[in-house]
Amino acid sequence: MTAHPQTSGYNFAYLDEQTKRMIRRAILKAIAIPGYQVPFASREMPMPYGWGTGGVQVTAAILGPRDVLKVIDQGADDTTNAVSIRKFFERVAGVETTTRTADATIIQTRHRIPEAPLREGQVLVYQVPIPEPLRFLEPRETETRKMHALEEYGLMHVKLYEDIARNGHIATTYAYPVKIEGRYVMDPSPTPKFDNPKMHMSEALQLFGAGREKRIYALPPYTDVVSLDFEDHPFEVQRFDRPCALCGAEQVYLDEVVLDDRGGRMFVCSDTDHCESRQAQGLRGELSGEAAQ
Amino acid sequence: MNAAAAQIENLDRSSEALPLLSVRSVSKAYGARIGCTEVNFDIWPGEVLAIVGESGSGKTTLLNCISTRLEPTSGTIAYRMRDGEMRDLYQLGEAERRFLLRTDWGFVHQNPADGLRMTVSAGANVGERLMAVGHRHYGELRATATDWLGRVEIGADRIDDQPRAFSGGMRQRLQIARNLVTAPRLVFMDEPTGGLDVSVQARLLDLVRGLVNELGLSVIIVTHDLAVARLLSHRMLVMKDGRVVEHGLTDRLLDDPQAPYTQLLVSSILQV
Amino acid sequence: MNPALIVSDLAKTFTMHLRGGIELPVMTGAAFLLQPGQCAVLGGPSGAGKSSILKMLYGNYAANAGQILVQHRGREIDLARAEPRTILELRRETIGYVSQFLRVVPRVSALDIVAEPLVERGIDRPQATRRAGDLLSRLNLPERLWSLPPATFSGGEQQRVNIARGFITDHPILLLDEPTASLDAVNRTVVVDMIAEKKVAGVALLGIFHDADVRGAVADTIIDVTGFAPRGKDV
Repeated sequence: MTAHPQTSGYNFAYLDEQTKRMIRRAILKAIAIPGYQVPFASREMPMPYGWGTGGVQVTAAILGPRDVLKVIDQGADDTTNAVSIRKFFERVAGVETTTRTADATIIQTRHRIPEAPLREGQVLVYQVPIPEPLRFLEPRETETRKMHALEEYGLMHVKLYEDIARNGHIATTYAYPVKIEGRYVMDPSPTPKFDNPKMHMSEALQLFGAGREKRIYALPPYTDVVSLDFEDHPFEVQRFDRPCALCGAEQVYLDEVVLDDRGGRMFVCSDTDHCESRQAQGLRGELSGEAAQ
Repeated sequence: MNAAAAQIENLDRSSEALPLLSVRSVSKAYGARIGCTEVNFDIWPGEVLAIVGESGSGKTTLLNCISTRLEPTSGTIAYRMRDGEMRDLYQLGEAERRFLLRTDWGFVHQNPADGLRMTVSAGANVGERLMAVGHRHYGELRATATDWLGRVEIGADRIDDQPRAFSGGMRQRLQIARNLVTAPRLVFMDEPTGGLDVSVQARLLDLVRGLVNELGLSVIIVTHDLAVARLLSHRMLVMKDGRVVEHGLTDRLLDDPQAPYTQLLVSSILQV
Repeated sequence: MNPALIVSDLAKTFTMHLRGGIELPVMTGAAFLLQPGQCAVLGGPSGAGKSSILKMLYGNYAANAGQILVQHRGREIDLARAEPRTILELRRETIGYVSQFLRVVPRVSALDIVAEPLVERGIDRPQATRRAGDLLSRLNLPERLWSLPPATFSGGEQQRVNIARGFITDHPILLLDEPTASLDAVNRTVVVDMIAEKKVAGVALLGIFHDADVRGAVADTIIDVTGFAPRGKDV
């Protein structure tokens, strides 16, 4: 864990206090209506759309000086997007940052939920590119809003039906739609459907920010989250037929890593912190010796 | 007869005495121009009503008014809900109205692309309404879709094809299946044979006629083609300049027309 | 026994709006009644309005004045003033009609055309189809034609389909518009027999028959329509 003096000359966490207040109001409303997309006046951020401007604004609005921030991208703390957002908040807020899930009070994420269960008091902030789960089926915003208002969600199942008709099973593997507290259908952002069960009854607060689309939505702690499915094609998460090659973890989401140009490859934890923590405890996978060399 | 049975019988009688849809003094003005004016009629279960007239006569305006797609300037349209109560359609909440539209009603558009999802499979097009009311069994949805495709003479092997790959006649038959799958009580049709070749038209009309008889549907069909009205409808409403000029049994209107305009229409039919 | 149908003061005039509104009176003051189990035949020269009477009794033509009282569901209904819905109900249950020409429905087979009135009254299809087949055999329509739509049939074949369709139900009143006009002697006899059976079953029939032999064989009474000709006007 490292603390950083604020060095930027900007207001704390970059955004001015009025803007943060506006975003907090949207967040409060979103928490009050789990799964409902609350419009907010998304600001220009010093990074391009698609780099997590929605998540960054949410994080900036909830960040306090004593918070400890972790940022992951596809489960990893050391990819460009994660590093630059972490650096950004180090400079503009001077907060402590960490790569350890257990130590963080706020975790901003793109496309993954950490493997270790989150606990009360933690906040998970998702970067969302397209918040509207009905968008690809119904392009009109006026119509999708009405469909949410009237709970007209038949179209979501049309999409899943098409999946089964084409592939024999539900082939949607990420951004898999969920229904919140039996009411709103929500896009969990492009996380793998492997992570959907982690959203259900999570002890942590989950906040979703879409910068370009100017929407915030939320799951308060202990919220009922159900993945949509058919009775005869129930929701299932991806299964991996081997453990992590580095730490031997099973029942975790694995990334494929190409080792050479002769077809060599290995499967390792996508959650780097999880993998490193296990290795620190002395747990080993089949390639850990070789990979360490 | 015990009290409960007597009550049921009373209920039956009262429901038979009430029309399914009751249109009273419906007018629609577009500024100073008249869309339709002072239209009155009732439709009962199992009846097919044809609204005929040339383009600009107000028949499509009227259809849109009674199908809640266009609010009339004045007048009322009451519908007998499944619980037997007559409700003013424009007093319904939007949720109720939309629920009605996708369960108890059907709407067959002249252009099938307006009534179909062109980029999802035929099976999903048929299944959508069922999924919307909570059907969640893929196997059963597929079986129902296959059955309905068969009833509209589309081969089961086309179930996973998109309507983009279908001919005009097939698209129109698919649109009909998509509408009828929830067993609606009232179906609106706007020139359903409009864009089709004559031979394709005949097949579609025959199909519609069979389904209407078999399912006991009430249908309100807008057409400019008196042969379509003769073949499908029990009653006919002739419109000109936004007004109903004659209204009655279809065969009587065609064989013994009273109004000057109806006489003109009938005498203008080409004999084959 | 109560009459099945009573006509009084019935009048019909055609107004030709496309010809400056000229009026063509066809009849006035027509009055007669039909008894169950009897066949009445409309007599008079062609153009005297026989067909118009049948069409008014079926609700196909509008009556300008007068009454057509029909026993229907135990009530008396004035068909001349009835709502379209009531007329459709009368046609379904009480008044059958065999027209002179078959109105062909595209793509529907002869057998289904004949069976349709039974199916419409809720009889299950296999049973209705069986009855339709019985009637078509009796009328000597070759079985190979049954599954074809009658559009391409000869006039006589079409008429037999039409007769079978009209006779398949047990309507208490049956209107016949020249049902034997294009039939050969054998089939004419079949139709005469079928009419006799309807009479035994208590059906009230009203028909137009140009063939004197048939007329003689079926008629219990002749209604002379020349008596209903409009007076004081040259037509």
